[in-house]
Amino acid sequence: MPMALAISLISASAIAYEILLMRLFSIIQWHHFAYMIISLALLGYGASGTLIALARDRLLPRFETAFACAAALFGITSVSGFALAQALPFNPLEMVWDQRQLLHLLLLYLVLAVPFLCAATCLGLAFSRFSQRITTLYCADLTGAGIGALGIVFLMFLFPPATCLKILSGAGFVAAALVFTERRDGRAIALALGTAGLILPFLWPQALTAPHLSPYKGLSQMLQMPEARVLLERSSPLGTLTVVESPRVPLRYAPGRSLLSGNPIPPQLGVFTDGGGMTAITRYDGSHETLAYLDSQTAALPFSILKRPKVLILGAGGGSDVLRALYHHARQIDAVELNPQMLELVGRDFADHAGNLYNLPQVQTHEAEARGFAARSGESYDLIQLSLLDSFTASSAGLHALSESTLYTVEAFRAYFSRLAPGGVLAVTRWLKLPPRDTLKLFVTAAQAQEALGIGNPGARMVLIRGWNTATLLVKNGAFTAPELENIRTFSRDRGFDLAYVPGMSATEANRHNILARPFLFEGARALLGSGREEFIATYKFHVAPASDDSPYFFHFFTWRALPEFLELRGRGGVSLVEWSYVILLATLVQAIAASLLLILLPLKALKRQRKIPAPPGARRRTAIYFSAIGLAFLFMEISFMQRFAPFLSHPLYAIAVVLSAFLVFAGLGSAAARIIVGRFGLRGPELPVSGIVVLALAYLFVLPPLFELFMTLPQAGRVAVAIVVIAPLAFCMGMPFPLGLRQISSQTPELVPWAWGINGCASVISAVLAAILAIEFGFTVVVCAAAALYVLAAFSFPVDPQPSRL
Amino acid sequence: MFLRRPLIFILFLTLAATGGTASAGDDYAAERRLLMEEIRFDVNLTAGLTGRKTFHGNVLDAMNRVERHLFVPLLLRPYAYSNRPLPIGYGQTISQPYIVALMTDLLDPEAGQTALEIGTGSGYQAAVLAELGMRVFTMEIIEALAESAKSRLEKLGYSSVTARWGDGYDGWVEHAPFDAIVVTAAADHIPPPLVAQLKAGGRMIIPVGARFMTQQLVLVEKDAQGGVTTRQILPVSFVPFTRAH
Repeated sequence: MPMALAISLISASAIAYEILLMRLFSIIQWHHFAYMIISLALLGYGASGTLIALARDRLLPRFETAFACAAALFGITSVSGFALAQALPFNPLEMVWDQRQLLHLLLLYLVLAVPFLCAATCLGLAFSRFSQRITTLYCADLTGAGIGALGIVFLMFLFPPATCLKILSGAGFVAAALVFTERRDGRAIALALGTAGLILPFLWPQALTAPHLSPYKGLSQMLQMPEARVLLERSSPLGTLTVVESPRVPLRYAPGRSLLSGNPIPPQLGVFTDGGGMTAITRYDGSHETLAYLDSQTAALPFSILKRPKVLILGAGGGSDVLRALYHHARQIDAVELNPQMLELVGRDFADHAGNLYNLPQVQTHEAEARGFAARSGESYDLIQLSLLDSFTASSAGLHALSESTLYTVEAFRAYFSRLAPGGVLAVTRWLKLPPRDTLKLFVTAAQAQEALGIGNPGARMVLIRGWNTATLLVKNGAFTAPELENIRTFSRDRGFDLAYVPGMSATEANRHNILARPFLFEGARALLGSGREEFIATYKFHVAPASDDSPYFFHFFTWRALPEFLELRGRGGVSLVEWSYVILLATLVQAIAASLLLILLPLKALKRQRKIPAPPGARRRTAIYFSAIGLAFLFMEISFMQRFAPFLSHPLYAIAVVLSAFLVFAGLGSAAARIIVGRFGLRGPELPVSGIVVLALAYLFVLPPLFELFMTLPQAGRVAVAIVVIAPLAFCMGMPFPLGLRQISSQTPELVPWAWGINGCASVISAVLAAILAIEFGFTVVVCAAAALYVLAAFSFPVDPQPSRL
Repeated sequence: MFLRRPLIFILFLTLAATGGTASAGDDYAAERRLLMEEIRFDVNLTAGLTGRKTFHGNVLDAMNRVERHLFVPLLLRPYAYSNRPLPIGYGQTISQPYIVALMTDLLDPEAGQTALEIGTGSGYQAAVLAELGMRVFTMEIIEALAESAKSRLEKLGYSSVTARWGDGYDGWVEHAPFDAIVVTAAADHIPPPLVAQLKAGGRMIIPVGARFMTQQLVLVEKDAQGGVTTRQILPVSFVPFTRAH
């Protein structure tokens, strides 16, 4: 029992550390590199297999000591590794200019791989030492991981990330202590280690654990202003919010404001999410005139055609959109915000500054995810606004997500349309990237969503205008009338904005105030509404095909066809045209595969040199294929279903925490039951669970959409329960193949156990990256099918025992 | 593009053979000329995107007279004549020389004109404008940078540059209006007071993008009647369409 507990604790700590690093790196640096660094560091799991395979004879006789040392080292290196990583002068922004950054990146991998290596060594040692109890121990490993994933989310609500890191360091020592409690002569050591585990979190100096924000992030820049100071900081798993006041150099937040606007901006407080993604809390004293500046942004366009509308604001942030709706005499405003701490900042902590904005009679706030709220709300609105939600979606990037967003998919637009009153308008404002990509993708997504609803001429219901850095798209529930179009023209002309698409407009109207080399948006919009849509999408140099729930990568614009040209132009600004996130993802995959091959082949070579080749080549090949296939397949399934459930659970954090934990816990139970169930049918191999996995996974592809529709209106707890019930049988089956395989090889070639463990670790890392690439290219349906096929391949590669097994 | 490397190599050999042309005390003169040739080559390829046929030759001559290595931190001097942005501390950067050349050219600079710069940084752009014979007023919001740039520019003898600390949003009313305005730190909107301080016929240039990565340049032009247009220019000649639509 103490052994199982120790394994659970280490497993929980390792996954918690992974999630925590993701959080810390989002604060310090850019998210894409956080993903890359942690993926590679997780190869510490693969490396542990190599280490144990090589040193098995020396480590296993001293199992308790080896386990305790590795666990305690995890405790120490989890904090010191992070501190060392912070001390490296790594600047991802300089990557394209400065080759030395590659060296810094490599050092980061190495430093952060150590804690994972230590944790994985504990698990690998235990699996090798107690291979006959593998089903129970693997159950402890998985359930521990499940509890760890949920636990760290809970912990991050209570403490800032730096404190969570200190707490984890103690867990390593407690796990070390648990191993010694099994030995009669080990009580004193256990007591000492346990005490160390309880004290250690209090000993780490704050300077080592506090994240050092990159000097290039918005918050760092803001704090350079004389007399600028932090007024308040709030932290949760959704992000760290920092409120800043700068009295001497006033903050002036008005994205896309017209050059012709003369209205002053009232005093503002800056609210940064993870040191970036700024929004502002504007001082409001009830005076209508002070809000006039909000009418000079492209986002104000819908108010030129609506009178006293009922408004739904998705992503309320600091409240600018709410103020704008107030300025335009909205009769009711429903403000939806994902982050409850953001609502508290505006509604409570700085309510006086914000003029009690969120307590005004016509304003209702809702703590919810935007799309889920739209799908569940029974109300109809005259205006639904989504404005500059990028910081909003940044917080949705989770454990294995690169940049999935279910806010801008065809299905999401259909959900928004369903909430529009007759004549109502959906208004989406985004930063304008040039050459155009997301604005065009948004445009065609809206067109396709309307077509899916049977609307024959979507162009008659759409308007797109642009300033120099923002663009606003209107989609009306009904065709625009001539007076409305006249109002839109007047609004744009008075503020120096350009029409990018208005029904019936001519090319000469398109490029007047803010002149582009060509009227790209107008030309693109026209092509996307006409018969040339497919050809345009296929030949445009950025990926502008609409995102769907099956491939929810709105922010994926990379195309292979444009890459040679960008590289050719790199000296002249071409680097800024490359969509780096995809390139980084591919680079991560290549590195992971290269490092994995090394880690898998190295122990074989070494064993060969030591003349300890344990099994015939056929057995080795089968072991390699079996454990690679189930390692890849497990995460393919887990990640795919995490994504499938995201719009249903309608909260990125809940989707990740619930789905991940449910998968791990039920897979753990499956592992514990594997022997009994498979044995009852007189089987040794994983044929039964694999059949279950294939049938369930493929059935879910068809059953889940109607099931989600049926239960969408349930409250959050009800939907979580539905998710768990659906996941349980699939995860239960998925927990079985690993222990069955490990048990099989331990009975015939025990030397291969650590090797198999290492292969499985490497495959998991490759799987996380590969799943994202496959989903971007082909969608999650294909990833699920690939996982099912891999499980079938595993069943056929089960390491066969020439002798009858004792199972 | 494929011609560039041999071209630079030949130029390098020529310069190496006539190494004595570097002035005493300026060990970087050869590197600087090499950089200017590289930029000249790049901008010629880019010509046409700004709506004009040729690049002002005097911009590169002016840049060739400014010792960029004196505007970067000591440790980064070996990279001073690489065509890349460099960090100068406080989360700020000195722009890529190619971008500086393009921005300066887009201002249509003429000797005797008055320029306002918002965001002095290390003072390099101000020095380039001064070399073109402009009267330059430059403001920096980070006090330490403002101080060091001011003393650097004084020490290097740029007497036509006036530098001070200040919040650039409201411009520099005492010396307005300006023929040219450079805003090196892009905000989420273009400050209307700066547009107001632009002379009729004047031009304002703003680089947009993350640090170390200029994605586009915004050129604000005020016509003789006071009408304002903006023009968005990619630093690179690139058309996203592969065929006419």
